Amino acid sequence: MAAAGAARELTQNPLQKTWEPYDNGLPAGHSAQRGVCMTNCPTLIVMVGLPARGKTYISKKLTRYLNWIGVPTKEFNVGQYRRDLVKKYKSFEFFLPDNEEGLKIRKQCALAALNDVRQYLSEENGHVAVFDATNTTRERRETIYKFGEENGYKTFFVESVCVDPEVIAANIVQVKLGSPDYVDCSNDEATEDFMKRIECYKNSYETLDETLDKDLSYIKIMDVGRSYLVNRVMDHIQSRIVYYLMNIHVTPRSIYLCRHGESELNLKGRIGGDPGLSVRGKEFAKSLAQFINEQNIKDLKVWTSQMKRTIQTAEALGVPYEQWKVLNEIDAGVCEEMTYEEIQENYPLEFALRDQDKYRYRYPKGESYEDLVQRLEPVIMELERQENVLVICHQAVMRCLLAYFLDKPAEQLPYLKCPLHTVLKLTPVAYGCKVESIFLNVEAVNTHRDKPENVEISRPTEDALVTVPAHQ
Amino acid sequence: MKDCHQPAKVCMTNCPTLIVMVGLPARGKTYISKKLTRYLNWIGVPTKEFNVGQYRRDLVKKYKSFEFFLPDNEEGLKIRKQCALAALNDVRQYLSEENGHVAVFDATNTTRERRETIYKFGEENGYKTFFVESVCVDPEVIAANIVQVKLGSPDYVDCSNDEATEDFMKRIECYKNSYETLDETLDKDLSYIKIMDVGRSYLVNRVMDHIQSRIVYYLMNIHVTPRSIYLCRHGESELNLKGRIGGDPGLSVRGKEFAKSLAQFINEQNIKDLKVWTSQMKRTIQTAEALGVPYEQWKVLNEIDAGVCEEMTYEEIQENYPLEFALRDQDKYRYRYPKGESYEDLVQRLEPVIMELERQENVLVICHQAVMRCLLAYFLDKPAEQLPYLKCPLHTVLKLTPVAYGCKVESIFLNVEAVNTHRDKPENVGVNRSREEALRTVPTHL
Repeated sequence: MAAAGAARELTQNPLQKTWEPYDNGLPAGHSAQRGVCMTNCPTLIVMVGLPARGKTYISKKLTRYLNWIGVPTKEFNVGQYRRDLVKKYKSFEFFLPDNEEGLKIRKQCALAALNDVRQYLSEENGHVAVFDATNTTRERRETIYKFGEENGYKTFFVESVCVDPEVIAANIVQVKLGSPDYVDCSNDEATEDFMKRIECYKNSYETLDETLDKDLSYIKIMDVGRSYLVNRVMDHIQSRIVYYLMNIHVTPRSIYLCRHGESELNLKGRIGGDPGLSVRGKEFAKSLAQFINEQNIKDLKVWTSQMKRTIQTAEALGVPYEQWKVLNEIDAGVCEEMTYEEIQENYPLEFALRDQDKYRYRYPKGESYEDLVQRLEPVIMELERQENVLVICHQAVMRCLLAYFLDKPAEQLPYLKCPLHTVLKLTPVAYGCKVESIFLNVEAVNTHRDKPENVEISRPTEDALVTVPAHQ
Repeated sequence: MKDCHQPAKVCMTNCPTLIVMVGLPARGKTYISKKLTRYLNWIGVPTKEFNVGQYRRDLVKKYKSFEFFLPDNEEGLKIRKQCALAALNDVRQYLSEENGHVAVFDATNTTRERRETIYKFGEENGYKTFFVESVCVDPEVIAANIVQVKLGSPDYVDCSNDEATEDFMKRIECYKNSYETLDETLDKDLSYIKIMDVGRSYLVNRVMDHIQSRIVYYLMNIHVTPRSIYLCRHGESELNLKGRIGGDPGLSVRGKEFAKSLAQFINEQNIKDLKVWTSQMKRTIQTAEALGVPYEQWKVLNEIDAGVCEEMTYEEIQENYPLEFALRDQDKYRYRYPKGESYEDLVQRLEPVIMELERQENVLVICHQAVMRCLLAYFLDKPAEQLPYLKCPLHTVLKLTPVAYGCKVESIFLNVEAVNTHRDKPENVGVNRSREEALRTVPTHL
């Protein structure tokens, strides 16, 4: 914090192009950069619910989302701790309420997990920890809440309540039959054992109560999102978490991601701009139309950016589509419409900085991948709400969206392979996403530039350009 | 062929939405109606509110007493039903004939029977119905509401505060016996949000589409804690002096003076827990630095991107892009600079700022001319046509304080001279106008 009165001098960070104050040439305790959310004290999210209510599904999804928007988050699955400790799962009897040995081990696992939570949040700069366990008794939740208070965490409970036997049966099929616990069982044996496991918890289950738990912060999700009870949202991150949880669903569907057809500038190895499709790009558009027809997708929504090349591609489909400005390609600022050779020629320092940290690097008067993620967040939110969607976008944009669905970290995101004329079909399955890559058999230039070996600012031109893909 | 290639606004509403308020008097229904309407219009969703009490005041010229609302007052019931139907008729006209997207039906709607009627009306007309109920039993909150918005109502113009309060409490009693709150079981097939204790908790049921999801998110983020929002621009910049737009310049000498004056002003205001936000452009950050307190930089607060016109004077824009310059004057809100942005784009990118401002309490936002116009239009409910012409001069702080159903504005000029950067809409906006006509309203500069 600066002394009042004397304004500190500002210097521009060469990588991110942000202005920071400095003292005697060194960055001072500088102003906060607003990521998508500012979390002052760490948040402990505590899942609550009987087995097979979607707690782990929610934990993993929420963790993926928060990490993608830039909030360091980690999930801690107590069942996993138990599997690590008790090598072989025998039967539901482990979970009987009067099984002293079982209770002892389970408590030990919960404490081990909480200890790791503490390390993550207090020592490893984690912002959010998701504590994934049944936590079905008020007593257990008390213990965890106290743990949170002692360590200066804000605690937020997420309970999933579901009585629909069809939903529970479907959950068991999706994620329990394939669990390590049941690796040697038939499906029927596994299902029977798991149903008895659920029974072990039912008698002692104390759902979050509007009166008894009125001072806690929580969201109770009922019937897979039909209704929600939200209590005492305390801050920005909890508000965002609630909004996210209220928008996700489990209806089966697929998301199709692809880029526009090859453009005139792609052919010349130039980045950005607002060019039209090349001859092959138009071919691709027709192939895409055929592909989409053959897929016979129910109620498909089609989204494009506001750049000519994605719209031209969509036009060939002959169906309504929505244009989103936020799907526009990354703004390369002063480097717009340049080849990589020209960037190296005119901005060798910038070119090197970009290779050093491609995620955070912001083009002069342009954007970074980090900026892209922030502007794409509403797209992700709406994709979660929707069912079958085809998104026709751009290389950097598609990398960001793909990283969200495939849980790729920031370091890998800018190097994900998203070639032209290739559709990625993403289908949620179990706790993740199945990806099918379909090349539509129309040749196109390669626009993927790998990270070169030498990223130093003093590197020779040849080292800088060694990974540039061929072009006209 | 159906024209669906619309650039997506923030939300696509396929069929109109009818929002139905529910709750006893003095539970904040009109406050919520007006605020929600203001927000939806600002983000580009044509919305209008229909306050049945207003229809009643128009029909029954003089309000006598709470007895009008007694459940056995035949005459009263007849008039009230008539007003509700008149309002619903106007709703129908707005949504089905006037291209409205959302109508907010503001009345008590406290019986299941009344809500049934409205729901059927919605179904018949192809509207999606979403209920917003406000439930509150805290007598302090209710008393505060009465003071804020009832004592000054036209109904009580000839009464003392005590008389008004006493009558209004009896009015509330008239509704209590027949009040049927939205019920988790009986109303399980309806789409609604039940707001409890001014936002302490919420029950949300069957959110059907994007716009309902946005409405829920908004309602869950607003609060009524008293606070003030301070809006100002960066201090005068080097490019301001030269009449140039955009860029990323530093402060001029006078701009630095302003920053110091701002620091002094903020200190004198003695604001509790003030948050300070800037853009990521040098001139706002320099201004914040003078305050000597922590501040947060938001990229989305950056000034409108003037694309190819960045760092030009208006004279140079007229010289190089006379057609663009004229188009901008024809529709300044929707006009997008080549390779740049429009005010319409700005609003979309500022929406998270508005959402966070709603969550926060005391905040100072140091931003830019176009950005400040957008934020101000939200708080003062200015329509798109007026937004790009709102006056936001340099070195002037606007202090906004929520009061009753709106916002009080205090304008404080901090006594450091600066250039004027406000260009009024010229008379001639035709594309073949003369250079002189185009530049007539350009403010003076170096």
